[in-house]
Amino acid sequence: MQISANAQALAYLVSAVLFIFSLKGLTHPSSARRGNHLGMLGMAIAVAATLLGTGVQSYGFIIAGVLVGGLIGVVLAMRIQMTAMPQLVAALHSFVGLAAVLVAVGTFLNKLDAGQLNAVLMGELSAGAIIGAITFTGSVIAFGKLQGLISGKPVKFSMQHQLNAAIALMTVALGVHFAMSGSMFSLAVMILLALVLGVTLIIPIGGADMPVIISMLNSYSGWAAAATGFTLQNHLLIIVGALVGFSGAILSYIMCKAMNRSIINVVFGGFGSESSGAPSAGAAAMEKGIRSASVEDAVYWMEDANRVIVVPGYGMAVAQAQHSLKEMMELLEARGVEVKFGVHPVAGRMPGHMNVLLAEADIPYDRVLEMDEINPDFASTDVTLVVGANDVVNPAAKDDASSPIYGMPILEAGRSKQVYFLKRSMNPGYSGVDNLLFYKDNTSLIFGDAKDTIEGMVAALKGGGH
Amino acid sequence: MPDTLVALYVFVLACFIGYFVIWGVTPSLHTPLVALTNAISGIVIVGALLVTGLDSAGSFAEIIGFFAVLLASINVFGGFLVTNRMLAMFRKKNK
Repeated sequence: MQISANAQALAYLVSAVLFIFSLKGLTHPSSARRGNHLGMLGMAIAVAATLLGTGVQSYGFIIAGVLVGGLIGVVLAMRIQMTAMPQLVAALHSFVGLAAVLVAVGTFLNKLDAGQLNAVLMGELSAGAIIGAITFTGSVIAFGKLQGLISGKPVKFSMQHQLNAAIALMTVALGVHFAMSGSMFSLAVMILLALVLGVTLIIPIGGADMPVIISMLNSYSGWAAAATGFTLQNHLLIIVGALVGFSGAILSYIMCKAMNRSIINVVFGGFGSESSGAPSAGAAAMEKGIRSASVEDAVYWMEDANRVIVVPGYGMAVAQAQHSLKEMMELLEARGVEVKFGVHPVAGRMPGHMNVLLAEADIPYDRVLEMDEINPDFASTDVTLVVGANDVVNPAAKDDASSPIYGMPILEAGRSKQVYFLKRSMNPGYSGVDNLLFYKDNTSLIFGDAKDTIEGMVAALKGGGH
Repeated sequence: MPDTLVALYVFVLACFIGYFVIWGVTPSLHTPLVALTNAISGIVIVGALLVTGLDSAGSFAEIIGFFAVLLASINVFGGFLVTNRMLAMFRKKNK
C-alpha cells in the first residue's frame, strides 16, 4: 500500500493536532494520561504515514533501527528509578540532538547524490546540524553532572565567554561558507565545533542550576527538530519542534523566575563565582548559633499539631525518603493532623522533580501544593519539616539585600511556629549561601540521613509517641 | 509563496500555539511534560526514516540513517513509556 503526498500531508496534520491535544492534556493530572495516549497515537500516525509515503522504499535498516532503539527505550523506561529521571531526560535529549545531526548529514549525502543541493537547503541543514550538535554534547555533559560522572561544580576559567563567543562565531561562519559552497570540509568542521560548543556552554553551569539546564536543552532539542523540518520541508517536524522548543523555553523562564535570575545570568554567571564575603545580616545571625533537636522532640510537636507542612528538596531524592514520608503522613493523619507538602519550583534537579517522587510514594497530588498556594498557610502551621531542601526556604532571599539569592521567591517556612530542619551536615546549599533560617529561635536542626530520621519518626509515632 | 516562506509561517504560528498550550500545564506535571516533549521530539524519526528509506540512498547514508532511526526510536518508546509510568502514579486521595 502506498499513499499520495496529499494523503500523507493530511495524516501529518492529524498527527500535529494530536500532539497539541497531547500537551494540552497535561493541564491537569486527571487528563494527563489520555494526553500521553494521544501523543502515542500522533506518533504512530506520523510514522505510518511516512513509511507508506513514496519517500520510503527500503525497509531493512528502518526495521532494524526501530527494533533495537525501541527495545532500548522500553528497557530504559521500565528500569529507570524515579530519582534518576533527570539523568534519563538528559540522555533522551542527547539522542534527539545526535539524531538531528545524523539526519542533516544523511540528507546532505542523499541530496548530493541526487544533485538537489542549493544554498537555502544547505543553510537550513547547517542550522539543524549546529543546534543538534550543541544539544547532543550539552546533554551528555548535563547527564554526566547529574549522574556524578563529572563534578557538578561549575567549571570556570578565564576568557571562557570570549572563547565560547569565538567558537560560536566560527561555527556560524563555517555554516555560511558551507551553504554558499557546499564544501564537505566546512560541514565537518562546523559540526565538530558545534559539538565542542555544547561542552563549553554547559560545563560552567553548576548542579543547582540543573532545572534550568534541563529545560534549556529540552528547548534546544525542539529547535533541532524544527530546523530538521525546514531542511526536509516537513511541516509536521516544524510544528512539533516549535511546540517542544517553546515548552522548554517556558520552563526555563519559570525556573529562572523562581530563582529571581535572568537566563543570561544562569548561562553565563552561575553561583559560587562570587568570592563569598559573609553577608552582614548573616554574620549577626550566625553568632546566635544553632539549636539541634532529637527525633522525639519533633514527634512531640508534630503529633499534637493541627497542621504539619513538609518542604522536600533534592536531599529527599538522594535519601529516597519519600516512602517513609508517606508512612509518616498516614500516621499523623490518623491522629487528626493535617499534612501538606510545599514544593518550590526549583526544588530538585528538574522541573516538577519533587511532585513525581511524592506521587511515586503514593502521596495524593491534592496534598502537594505549589509555592504560591502554600505560602499563606505557614503562619497558621504548627510544624514545618524541611527535608533536604535549603536555599528555597532561606529568609536571606527576603531580608538580606547583600545575599546572592536576594529576591528569590521562597517558601516561608520560617513563619510557622516550629521548624525542623533535617540535615546531613552543616554544609550550605548549592548556592553556597548560609541559611539564615538555621539561626532563628523557632528552628531546630535534626542531623542525620533524611530517610533514617523520618523512619525514626515513624517508629516513634507507631510506638504511641512520647 | 516559496516553500521556505510557507514553512516559516507554519513555524511562527506553531510557536504561538506552543506558547499558549504550555502555559496551561500545571507545575506539578512539569517532569512528565519534559518526558512527554522528549517523546514527541522523537518526531525526528520521520526525518530519519526519509533519509534511510530513500531508494537511491547510498550505503553510508543508510548507515547514518539507521543510527538516527535507532536514537529517535529510543526517544519515542522510552519517552512515552516513562511518561505513562509517571502519570500512573499521580493519584487523588481514596483510589
